[in-house]
Amino acid sequence: MISFFEFFVRFLPDLLSGMGMTLLLTAEGVLAGFILGLAATLARTYGGNFWRNLAIGYIELFRGTPLLVQVFLLYYGLPGLGITLSREWSAFLALGLNSGAYQAEYLRGSILAIGEGQMLAARAIGMSKWKAVFYIILPQALRLAIPAWANEPVSLLKATSVVFLIAVPELMTRAKLIASRTYDPISSYLAVAVLYLVLVYLVDATMKWLERRTRLPGFSAVGER
Amino acid sequence: MVNQFFSYIFQGTSVTVAVTLVALPLGLILGLLLALLYNYGGFWVSRLAAAYSLIMRGVPPIALLFILYFLLSGRLINLTPFWAGSISLGIISSAYQMEILRGALQAVGEGQMTAARAIGMSRLQAIRYIIIPQAIRLAIPPWSNEASIVLKDSSLVYAIGVPEILRRAQQLSATTQQPFLAFGAAALIYFVLVFLVNRGLDLLAEKTKLPTSMA
Amino acid sequence: MIDTPYILQAKNLTKIYGENVIFKDISLDVHKGETIVIIGPSGTGKSTLLRCLNLLTPVNSGQIFLEGEEITAHGVDHDQVRQKIGMVFQNFLLFNHLTALGNVMIGLTKVKKMPPEKAKQKALHELERVGLADRAHHYPAQLSGGQQQRVAIARALAMDPLVMLFDEPTSALDPELIGEVLGVMEQLAHEHMTMLVVTHEMGFAREVADRIIFMEKGSIVEQGSPEDLFERPQHARTREFLGKISELYGKKEKK
Repeated sequence: MISFFEFFVRFLPDLLSGMGMTLLLTAEGVLAGFILGLAATLARTYGGNFWRNLAIGYIELFRGTPLLVQVFLLYYGLPGLGITLSREWSAFLALGLNSGAYQAEYLRGSILAIGEGQMLAARAIGMSKWKAVFYIILPQALRLAIPAWANEPVSLLKATSVVFLIAVPELMTRAKLIASRTYDPISSYLAVAVLYLVLVYLVDATMKWLERRTRLPGFSAVGER
Repeated sequence: MVNQFFSYIFQGTSVTVAVTLVALPLGLILGLLLALLYNYGGFWVSRLAAAYSLIMRGVPPIALLFILYFLLSGRLINLTPFWAGSISLGIISSAYQMEILRGALQAVGEGQMTAARAIGMSRLQAIRYIIIPQAIRLAIPPWSNEASIVLKDSSLVYAIGVPEILRRAQQLSATTQQPFLAFGAAALIYFVLVFLVNRGLDLLAEKTKLPTSMA
Repeated sequence: MIDTPYILQAKNLTKIYGENVIFKDISLDVHKGETIVIIGPSGTGKSTLLRCLNLLTPVNSGQIFLEGEEITAHGVDHDQVRQKIGMVFQNFLLFNHLTALGNVMIGLTKVKKMPPEKAKQKALHELERVGLADRAHHYPAQLSGGQQQRVAIARALAMDPLVMLFDEPTSALDPELIGEVLGVMEQLAHEHMTMLVVTHEMGFAREVADRIIFMEKGSIVEQGSPEDLFERPQHARTREFLGKISELYGKKEKK
């Protein structure tokens, strides 16, 4: 245990140099995913046939395949069609597209929970459909989605680790370099696991804090069981 | 040419299915054990199980896979990449399955245990005949989700050299110089597999659903 | 079996949760075939007393005897004891994943290790006793509250208990469903089943009980025949309680 502790302390600076990229990918992915997810949900719920089917196709495709395959398809596959992306762009796009599909489901759940009545009431005072969506439905739905959505940053943080397989210089890639330098893969990956654990804990605590701050009394998606 | 292309990827498919079929049941058995220990194991055992779950779920699966893989194919134990990878995925999944089953066991409620004890069942009999049959039904929908996650996570064993779909796609991409087709085919196969798993478990949930309407 | 006139006997039972004394120094003798109704305000330890009597909750001190044998002694198999003491709960607690028949059968097959065919015959017979043979293949969610409670009674009866404990068996029921459950209990009393009933149904207490026990704040205040208790209560508290309860339930109870 002492030796692992020494190992951890010795290589911590190395590992930390990958942390920036991991956090950047997480933040970018959550943000891009939010925009994509919101667009997909609106298209699916309020769009015409074409847009609805497009949104469903996007969501199902990205939820139905492994993130790693999506990363490879973008990084190794797209050049086959004459489109070449950098490692970082491939990672960013794959994470954003993937997260968007999951975030769309959270949002859809809360839009469905708002119910038809709110739309009806908004239309009854003369609002157009999209006005009702933006002024009545979304302000409620976004708030309702927070508890479920709050898990997304943590799960995306963990998910970013697979992009080390296309050698994006984030935490796992650093761990792999340390492993090949020290011939001690177990200690290297244990060290990175400890770091991930700390990050996950911090992000999770932040999200819980945010959730508490934004809670409205007597307003929740589903009754507590 | 096209034929060869697909037969090659289908071989990878059978490896992917095999990895999933080892990892998922292993995760279920470990997860059930952990959930029972958590719910009925007393204070310290329960705390230990909770800590296990928290740590395992707080680390990316790929990092855990590497740690477990190097432990399972090292000097003490020396398993092939296939077995080391599959067992590692099972261990990783056990923490998530534990959470699903723990929630389901708790949702069954204390009253059912009390009623079972009242007709003279022992604690173990009550768990076996009364609690678990109800908990399993409650667990099917979230478990179906976990099953498709394990299926998708099986792609991670690519990284330790197991010749599953993704590894095959990569080799094909190199030999055919058609990377988009190769990885696209891999994605398609995963999509179909995930669809089948979800649909199959939906049917199971439908079949085991208890009637609710007043007759 | 030790020769004793009592089926169930409790001596100086005390139950304490943390700082709270639930009941203190309770002693109770139950004769074979006797129907005892326990009444009293909510939160006076009546339900806990029942749970202690069949060992679902341990007492802090005191002894319980079943047919003269001490069941609170060390080394007594609690599961064996509970087979001989039937219990009916306020919220029915049927096993949700089993049909009415399955609910009645499972104690027979799994606890008494009876062959399934024989268990089924017995279970059907018990369902018939509570008037629900035609509902044997319904799941709990498909039954009304009254029907569920009757299945719960059949489930307890199937174990051939020496004594039946009823913990407010009708207080979770809609008013129009109370009668069918009380009817079954009345019939059991006529068949000389030994019963201990916690209830607020004063009409039932008056008509069916051999003895009524009035409990308050964890102690037995007064006990006696229905006539004695209703017509000539000895304690002011008993009078007060009976007055209040007939005000509350009076209209419903009138026949």
